[in-house]
Amino acid sequence: MTTQIQMNAVTQPRQRGLTLILILGLISVGLLAPLVVYPVFLMKFLCFALFACAFNLMLGFVGMLSFGHAAFLATGGYITGYAMTHFGLTPELGVLVGTLASAILGFVFGKLSVKREGIYFAMVTLALAQLVFFFYLQADFTGGENGMQGIPRGELFGLIDLNDNLNMYYFVLAVFLLGFFVVYRTVHSPFGQVLKAIRENEPRAVSLGYSVGNYKLLAFVISAALAGMAGSTKALVFELESLTDAHWHMSGEVVLMTLLGGMGTLFGPVVGAAIVIAISTLFSGGELGNYIHIIMGAIFVMCVLSFRRGVVGEFQRVMARNFSASRVGK
Amino acid sequence: MKRNTNTPKAGFKLALHCSVAALMSVAALSAQAATGLSDNKVKIGVLADMSGTYGDLCGRHCVDAVNMAVEDFGGSVLGKPIEVVSADDQNKPDLGSAKAREWIESEGVDAINGLVASSVVGAVAQVANVNEKPILISGAGSNTFTTKTCSPFNAHWTYDVVALARGTVKPLMDSGKKKWFFITADYAFGHALEGVATGIIESNGGTVVGSARAPLGTTDYSSFVLQAMSSGADVVALANAGKDFVNSLKGAAEFGLNQQATMVGLLVFASDTKAIDADIIGDMRLTTGFYWDRDDASRAWAKRFVDRTGAIPTMAHAGAYSSTLHYLKAIKATGTDDGKAVMAQMKAEKPDDMFARNAALRADGRMVYDMYQVRVKKGSERSNPNDLYEIEHVIPGDQAFGAMKPECNFK
Repeated sequence: MTTQIQMNAVTQPRQRGLTLILILGLISVGLLAPLVVYPVFLMKFLCFALFACAFNLMLGFVGMLSFGHAAFLATGGYITGYAMTHFGLTPELGVLVGTLASAILGFVFGKLSVKREGIYFAMVTLALAQLVFFFYLQADFTGGENGMQGIPRGELFGLIDLNDNLNMYYFVLAVFLLGFFVVYRTVHSPFGQVLKAIRENEPRAVSLGYSVGNYKLLAFVISAALAGMAGSTKALVFELESLTDAHWHMSGEVVLMTLLGGMGTLFGPVVGAAIVIAISTLFSGGELGNYIHIIMGAIFVMCVLSFRRGVVGEFQRVMARNFSASRVGK
Repeated sequence: MKRNTNTPKAGFKLALHCSVAALMSVAALSAQAATGLSDNKVKIGVLADMSGTYGDLCGRHCVDAVNMAVEDFGGSVLGKPIEVVSADDQNKPDLGSAKAREWIESEGVDAINGLVASSVVGAVAQVANVNEKPILISGAGSNTFTTKTCSPFNAHWTYDVVALARGTVKPLMDSGKKKWFFITADYAFGHALEGVATGIIESNGGTVVGSARAPLGTTDYSSFVLQAMSSGADVVALANAGKDFVNSLKGAAEFGLNQQATMVGLLVFASDTKAIDADIIGDMRLTTGFYWDRDDASRAWAKRFVDRTGAIPTMAHAGAYSSTLHYLKAIKATGTDDGKAVMAQMKAEKPDDMFARNAALRADGRMVYDMYQVRVKKGSERSNPNDLYEIEHVIPGDQAFGAMKPECNFK
């Protein structure tokens, strides 16, 4: 334990500096990307990256596998869609409303589930998400199988027309960065330290006097809200919200993204989302279209067998090995 | 405060400003519109369910049908090549609309054909309408594309729920069967079909004693069949399509529902008829827009289609061929692939090919042509596996399809 603390003390400022440089580099890439790549593809990627980051907050930093995050993605989308269509809100307010709705749903889910652990927690969240799925399937306002069609993108602050793909892209990028910043701040705060403590050794965290349940609940609500924000933004991008987002496949897909990229790392979910979205887009048109799930499955098996920390996790390990500072720690 | 003109941070800021400025100017440039033949070619996208519930009735053979039309047209128009791309929408509106958006916005697709599940078509239509690209709806049934959500860029080609309900429901009502039960696909198309059929039943003095809504892609219909059996209906109408129709009719036969009540399929494609035992489906009356064994022209085309694909041509396949051909002719006549001009030309000239008889593309985008009321042949009457129907009546187009809504008159 003492060596662990030493290592953290030595590497953390350095790591943080590196992370900051990396983030700034990625932001500039993000700003220039739509010149090269089709913006809608990028927007889809950013929405899923945010979704995966939100999910990773629970799985990677609290160590709890929620299998019901699709419910938050869909709730964000449907509520934003409804608000934009019927109340004529501006997009930033629409996203806010969707995010809030997901946060409230997250609070309800969390209240009912965080006292359970491991597989039981996963099953309770899955069951609740299925309830939500069937509600959206039957409810009139969602359009059922047809999906909620024709959600207007609207004008940002009543000024900037988001029907232009580039404008929309920068809006989505801003939303993503905001969400990513929230995750970053959460993880690098005393609150985040407690979450990690709970992940490493829950009984010890309890014995130190932390009310673990409340910490987990708050983390769950933040995660749900961010997932909702991703869903809201996605609904605006595609001007459509459908049951695909509420289906349990979606909850599985986000697990895949997070594990592929590297759970418990900041960038892992982003990389994971990039891989999954890129593969499904690449293959969707061609002859291999029917085999997407098999390809994904094979990649997942490979990941679990040979690089269990995920792409970013393994990368960090290799980097850490080559930094003398961390060697001292070991 | 320290001066920061030379720090890396300031440099980064500068780079940021520059890149944003660059982005703005690029955005301004790309807003210019194209004229004439865009990208020096005509690109047609075929979007359909390729392997799911509706895979057989359109699917990848709709791509073949579109390719046949392109080849028959000569493979080029105005000296420029014609390209066909395709994608699987899996009957999911989100996938379909995303693909349509990508095609139109980044791959220069000029028109979209195929289009099977009405839910997907609704989502695709929104993208296509905004971008002023024609959509040639060869497989979908909901009549909303020429009524509630009509647009100058919709061409609803093969059939719609009004034609189906009129063609199939009316004769049964006339034969004295007044109590109806529906097993309905639970999405836009099923709802629309049930709604239109119910209207016809009630205005002719019949009653609808109940309806069961089954999700798209249901495989076990037993609970829905049992509901139908206990309803005491004279007629059980299947307001679904593709494998849903096949599974529900087979399920009904297993429970003996077809002995107790008249089973009727409101939307039956030739591929579905072929997939069901002749003892079960024999003698059923149904409405279709195309039957391969109608005349020499249809037989000649069907032979080429079967040689190429090995599958029996459905009305969706024939419709995809016919609509593509008419679209290409319109491009040739107008000298442009601009959506507005091409649609106007398609409406001005009457389609005439092995599929469309006495046809016209109405101003609201409804293709009006002769439909057929057919009887499914029993096993003993069939001379070969594709010998399925006997045409009993020709329904003239103006009787088959609904009247044009004044607000949808896009002339």
